[in-house]
Amino acid sequence: YVPAKGETVIGIVTAKSGDVFKVDYGGSEQASLSYLAFEGATKRNRPNVQVGDLVFAQFVVANKDMEPELVCIDGSGRANGMGVFGAAGLLIKVSLGLVRRLLAPHSDLRADLEQLFPCELVVGMNGRIWVRAASVQQTLILANLLQSCDTMTAPQRQQLFRRIQLGAL
Amino acid sequence: MKDTPLSNCERDFLLKAIEEKKRLDGRQTYDYRKIKITFGTDYGCCFVDLGQTRVMAQVSCELVAPKESRPNEGIMFFNLELSPMASPAFEQGRQSELSVKLNRQLERCLRNSKCIDTESLCVVSGEKVWQIRVDVHTLNNDGNLMDAASIAAISALCHFRRPDVGIQGESVTVYSPEERDPIPLSIYHMPISVSFAFFQQGTYLLVDPCEREERVMDGLLMIAMNKHREICSIQSSGGIMLLKEQ
Repeated sequence: YVPAKGETVIGIVTAKSGDVFKVDYGGSEQASLSYLAFEGATKRNRPNVQVGDLVFAQFVVANKDMEPELVCIDGSGRANGMGVFGAAGLLIKVSLGLVRRLLAPHSDLRADLEQLFPCELVVGMNGRIWVRAASVQQTLILANLLQSCDTMTAPQRQQLFRRIQLGAL
Repeated sequence: MKDTPLSNCERDFLLKAIEEKKRLDGRQTYDYRKIKITFGTDYGCCFVDLGQTRVMAQVSCELVAPKESRPNEGIMFFNLELSPMASPAFEQGRQSELSVKLNRQLERCLRNSKCIDTESLCVVSGEKVWQIRVDVHTLNNDGNLMDAASIAAISALCHFRRPDVGIQGESVTVYSPEERDPIPLSIYHMPISVSFAFFQQGTYLLVDPCEREERVMDGLLMIAMNKHREICSIQSSGGIMLLKEQ
């Protein structure tokens, strides 16, 4: 994955050094995330981030000459869905194409998914998806579904989803 | 290059799923992944697919002088290479602990169990014996390299044919495959290793861990057995204590 400015990704915190967290996002080097780049963070009020946590952040600096930088707030200083997350749930790796298809404005992949069962999805443009559903079994089904419908055409995928709905595992 | 670190929520989720007896790809506790064995065009070349884990074994032989301590026996040499193709965590320099451990286990499993008759590899006692060299290369790592490597090694050894030799007095002639058919190695039994992964201090057990399960496990037990119900080697790593019932 090659980072681009403005893209939101899921990163894994690998180190805390001073005021900066080092985050792995699946690229060639690690990005830095300042502890002040969270909503409501001040020098006294540090965010509660541990090594190994998942963060949803966007790139503010991402070119080939400098180390990439991430922030968890948008231009106006609000979190807008970004930050630390992931208490229970599974992180999977899929292709970049599938992620873009999921995030497209009127994607029928997303419409199909909504009809299956209620779930929470965090989609990072670096090919990482975090899923959580009501039970462990459903989360596992969802994760396997996402990984396999990458290479299926739309009718095949709809057939698979229908089978799951009827099976209602 | 370093591998992607394992996040806390993945670790928690995997442990929770194991407590509920669920695995990532829907297997049961004692299920193995699908094993596919393919042979190459040369004698002694074998590919093994264990789910997504892929290894290749190649057997070759040459005539050398035997060891002084054992002038009647042939020599077996095993080599397992963890190539960077298999995972970004493996580097080209072979120092890694995992590579040493896998090499030792493969040697113990195949050499000490005496599955190959080394005396039949002797051509002229004290002067010329066959040295059989087994090279195992890992092509993709999705967990449980040891089992895949042991299956690949023993399949390649069964598939291998060595050239025929003729002895007239003191001179030895090696016949090429066109002159005389090559002879298979004499194999007594086929030891195959099975890996068990332990979680939560031995409370939960899984067979054939995949790569994520391997990262989360507490300990690993590898048992090599053959079909006559004999145990060829046991290796336990990770420092967990097991009760006899387990």
